[in-house]
Parts: sequence; C-alpha cells; structure tokens
Amino acid sequence: MSEHINEEMLKSLPDAHGHFGKYGGRFVSETLMAALDELNETYQKLAQDKDFLAEFDRDLSHYVGRPSPLYHAERWSRTVGGAQIYLKREDLNHTGAHKVNNTIGQALLAKYMGKPKVIAETGAGQHGVASATVAARFGLECKVFMGAVDVERQSLNVYRMKLLGAEVEAVQSGSKTLKDALNEALRHWVTHVDDTFYIIGTVAGPHPYPQMVRDFQAVIGREAKQQCIAQTGRLPDALVACVGGGSNAIGLFYPFITDHQVAMYGVEAAGFGVDTGKHSAPLCAGRPGVLHGNRTYLMQDDNGQIIETHSVSAGLDYPGVGPEHAWLKDIGRANYVAITDEEALSAFHKLTQLEGIIPALESSHALAYAEKLAATMRPEQTIVVNLSGRGDKDIHTVAALDGVRV
Amino acid sequence: MSRIQDCFAALSATQRKALIPYITAGDSHPSLTVPLMHGLVKAGADIIELGVPFSDPMADGPVIQLACERALQHGINIRQVLAMVAEFRQTNQSTPVVLMGYLNPIENMGYEAFAQAAAEAGVDGVLTVDLPPEEADSLSTILNTHHIDSIFLLSPTTEEARIAQITKASSGYLYYVSLKGVTGAASLNVSEVAERLSLIRQHTTLPIAVGFGIKDGASAQAISALADGVVVGSALVAQIGAEQENQDVALAKVTAILAEMRHAMDS
Repeated sequence: MSEHINEEMLKSLPDAHGHFGKYGGRFVSETLMAALDELNETYQKLAQDKDFLAEFDRDLSHYVGRPSPLYHAERWSRTVGGAQIYLKREDLNHTGAHKVNNTIGQALLAKYMGKPKVIAETGAGQHGVASATVAARFGLECKVFMGAVDVERQSLNVYRMKLLGAEVEAVQSGSKTLKDALNEALRHWVTHVDDTFYIIGTVAGPHPYPQMVRDFQAVIGREAKQQCIAQTGRLPDALVACVGGGSNAIGLFYPFITDHQVAMYGVEAAGFGVDTGKHSAPLCAGRPGVLHGNRTYLMQDDNGQIIETHSVSAGLDYPGVGPEHAWLKDIGRANYVAITDEEALSAFHKLTQLEGIIPALESSHALAYAEKLAATMRPEQTIVVNLSGRGDKDIHTVAALDGVRV
Repeated sequence: MSRIQDCFAALSATQRKALIPYITAGDSHPSLTVPLMHGLVKAGADIIELGVPFSDPMADGPVIQLACERALQHGINIRQVLAMVAEFRQTNQSTPVVLMGYLNPIENMGYEAFAQAAAEAGVDGVLTVDLPPEEADSLSTILNTHHIDSIFLLSPTTEEARIAQITKASSGYLYYVSLKGVTGAASLNVSEVAERLSLIRQHTTLPIAVGFGIKDGASAQAISALADGVVVGSALVAQIGAEQENQDVALAKVTAILAEMRHAMDS
C-alpha cells in the first residue's frame, strides 16, 4: 500500500541529517565531515538564492540546450500496440545525457566555494564526460576515477574526457568498476579535501549529495510535466526510467511524487537474470546496508560484503542505489522492476530502427520495460520514458555482442 | 574498570605510552592471526586493533585494501573474526582487543547479535571508520550495555564544536587521525599533531591514541611524546603482504618492527 505523501511531507525530506525515512544519512570517515558540512551549508543557502538559481537556469538553457523535447514515439507505440509512449529526450542535451544537468549545478557550487579542483567517479563515462566538460568551461582542474574494466569498455568516453583536459585514472582495485571508482574518489578527496570539490554523479553518497543531485536533476520532471500537459491535456499515467544510482529516475519522478494518479517504475539491470545472481538490481534483489556514505539497498552477501555486479551497461553496473529510491520503494510509491541485458539490447535495436533514435544501453532498460507496460495499457493512456542518454558510446559494445567488428 | 581503562592506568603509573598495532584478521591466512596477536603482545603491544575485513575499505590506502582482499579470499567473516578473539582470550585475559572496520558487516549481523557475540568473545572496543557519532547512537547504546567501548576518530579537519560532540560520544580512548588522507600515507606533521592534541585535551580526559603515518621507531617516539598511544598499521601489514608464502618470517618481521618501536618509545 502506498503511503499518502503530501507536499509538506515531501518538503521535509531529507531531514537535517539527510535521512529519507531510515535511508540516507552520512556514513563517512571523520576527515570528510567538515567538508560535507561546508558543502551542505553552502548548498542549502544557494538553493534559496535567486542569483544562483538564475545562473543555473541560464546555463541549462544556453549551454545544455534545455528544455529537452518530449517526443511522441508514435511508430514505436503503434508497434507495441497499447499506451502512447513519449520520450523525454535527455539524450539531446549537450554531452548526450542527463548527467550534465547535475555537473553544471555542482561546478557552479565549486566556483562559489572557491575550489580550484574537481574530481568525479564514472561508470559508463557519461558523468566523467559531463564533469570534464563543465570543468573545461569553468576553468577547473579535473580528475576522473574510472574502473579499469569500464575504461576498457568505454574507450571513446575516456578519450573524450582527455580531449576536454581531464586526467582519467583507471582504478585497479576490487571489481574495477563504478563502486571501486567511487572508493578511489573518496580516498582522493580525503587526501585533498582543502582545495577539491567532489562532483558525485548520482543521487547516492553522503548527505547532501542525494538531495542536491535530485534538485539539479528535477528539471527533467518539471519540464516533462508541463510538456505532457501541453501535448496530451493531462498528466501521464506512468513514468519509466532506468535506475543505476538513480539520478535520471529521481529527476523525472520527483516533481510527480504527490501526483498519486501517476504510476512510477524504476528499471534496474537484471544482467543475465535476477535469479542468476549476475545482475545489478539491489532494489529488486538486495537488502538494506551501508556503503559509500549512505544507508540504502545493496547487493551484498550473507556476511555483509558487497558483491560484484553485472550489467551490459556500465552506467547501471553499481551495487547500491540512491536512498530516496529505497524510501520510495518501502512506502510503495514507486515500483522497481528489472530488465535483462538481452531485453535491453532488443529495445536498443527496436528504437533505433523504428524511430531513428539510438538510445544508451542504460536507457534501453527503461525502453524495454515501457514496451512491456504499454502492451498492458489502453491506447488513450500515456507513458513518459526518460531517454536518459544517447547510444553513440555503446556502439562498440553492441557491435561486439552482434559479432560485428567496427 | 574495563581492560582498556586498566591498560591506560597501568601505563600511566609507569609513565609509558600505549603501543597499538593494527592487523587485518585473516591476513594473509586465517591461521596466522592468533599467533600473530600473541607475538605482538610479546613484542610490546599494549592494545591490539584487529581489522574486520571489508570488500570496500574506502578509508584505507592500498596496503590495507590488499590485506582485506587477501582475508576475504579465505572467506573471513565477522563471526570468524570473533572466534579468533575468543581463541586469543584463552591464554590472554589482559590485553585489550579493539575491532576496527566498516559498518556494513556489523549492520548485516545485527547490532544486538554482534554486541553480544563480541562481548562473549572478549572484545573491548569497536571503532567503525564510516560511522560518525551522528549516526552511532543506537550501536553505541547497545555496545555500552555489553560493556564494550565505542571509539571514535578525530581528524585534522574536525571543528571544535564537533570535538566536543565526539569526545562526549566516546569511551575507552580517542583515535586521532594524524593527517588528511588514507591509512599508510606518508607525511606526518608532528607540530600540527601537538597543536591539535592540546585543543582536544581541553574537551576530554580520555586517553588519545594517534595513528596514520607512523611507521618506525623514530615516528613512534615523536608521537609518543605527545599522545597517550601510538597506532601502527600499514607498516606491519605491508610485511605480512610481502611474506605471504612464509608465515614464520612474516611474524618475525612484524614483531621486530614493533619491538623497535617499543624500544624507541620507552627510551
């Protein structure tokens, strides 16, 4: 049963210590606490500051290219034969994904706080590229931590980051993916905390990151709401977005949380299948625990050790998830489901062929679920899918899976 | 009086400082840990910090990261770590043992089950690196019920208001992290440590141990002139990593480093 959430209740979250119900909080070593306090104080002040917000909006319009279109994928919808599917085209943003909404916001914060250096972790490389991009623009020194496995499978993005002037450090520890990049970024931050701003790419991490990143990404949902009403005359019946850490999903969901008639579906990566254990679906198949500064659902073994995840999409290959999603799951406001590598790849090809849009493999998970959901709905109903990124970065992965050399 | 209080009282009566080695439980092999703990005591350890291996040790440098990986390859879990403490206690009832690690394995076991099992095994204190006092109320309360001390970190960046809060939440001793960085980092600024310790002492009468960046007799001696205890970890763990094939050699090398520190601190 979904607990009834009103505006007042929603505004009270997170609480002063960053809790969304029992999730979130701040679980870091003592050396970082002062930096997080400083960031939180600055952010809570600037979030009310007209000049800061105006500068952020200006950058979103003129640098990112917002608003991004809401596009009625008519041909694909007809093929599916159910609800009308609309795509929120975050893939058309500058740098090709939703990530830049957040990096613009955090780079502005770094500038206000007088930090000359920024660091970032990245999985697929989209957040790394978005961080390197804003660092170039604001004249900040940028270092990106990326798991060695991801460096391998996302070489194009690695080169893009280097072109933009960032230093990319291939992380060799642990499973050599996103979680290890995050560990290494935290280690670097603790050592260089005086002059370095850590741009976290998702709605996870210690308070205030989950709140701050959500606020920067909520522009997606605010626009989608207006655009949907303008195009269809009413709110959508359902929202669908992929969930790794969960920033594009929370960005779309947040402005709709109190619209109880709008169903929300977060789509995790089932990898080879949730029952194979080789997946990245903590909300569907994990348990609550503490990692990377927050309490949330995690992929962990019986002893509380974090286990290695699998997904064809590097951006979803993460054992945790943002704490606000953990809360939305527990109170029953959002539904969390999982899509396999194979289903995501099939949706990737379908959208490419039917709509002339090459989606990111991450976003393809949302598309694959939207297809299933639409088929159970009526043609006068609408679904908004967050097309969170474009698929250019994944061409090599898809070609390799199809046995094609490019 | 707790074992930790007894320990600091006895040291203070003889004007000596606590030498506190850290090793990761189960590294490089589970069979090494208990003999190593006894060896450390013989070489002059006053308190032992026993690391509970975790898959994502985000506050640790490469040396202890690798130690965690080695221990986890042997499938070491928190219950086995407690069994090692219980085994150590069969012949040593006086040396305090402090578990050091990350919150998730404890949270996974359940606070009450963990505290009860830890008390039964003979654990004296728990230091959870990623658990600041703000989030620690419920665990500290349960540990306290079982007479286990909650030991918190203080760092060069901790502001004075937080120092007051942290010292209030702590029992047993305080752990001052000597530098901004991860375990095993290189530089140690002794005069900065001195300044910080005198500030912290305005807020507490608890003993203060200092760790991070202490690796030999000279650095141990310099810190023991200021602090109530000296923590050494990576310098020992590096030897265990280098001598994985030969446990006797590892034990000999680790205890030799510790004995040198003991000697430097007492002279």
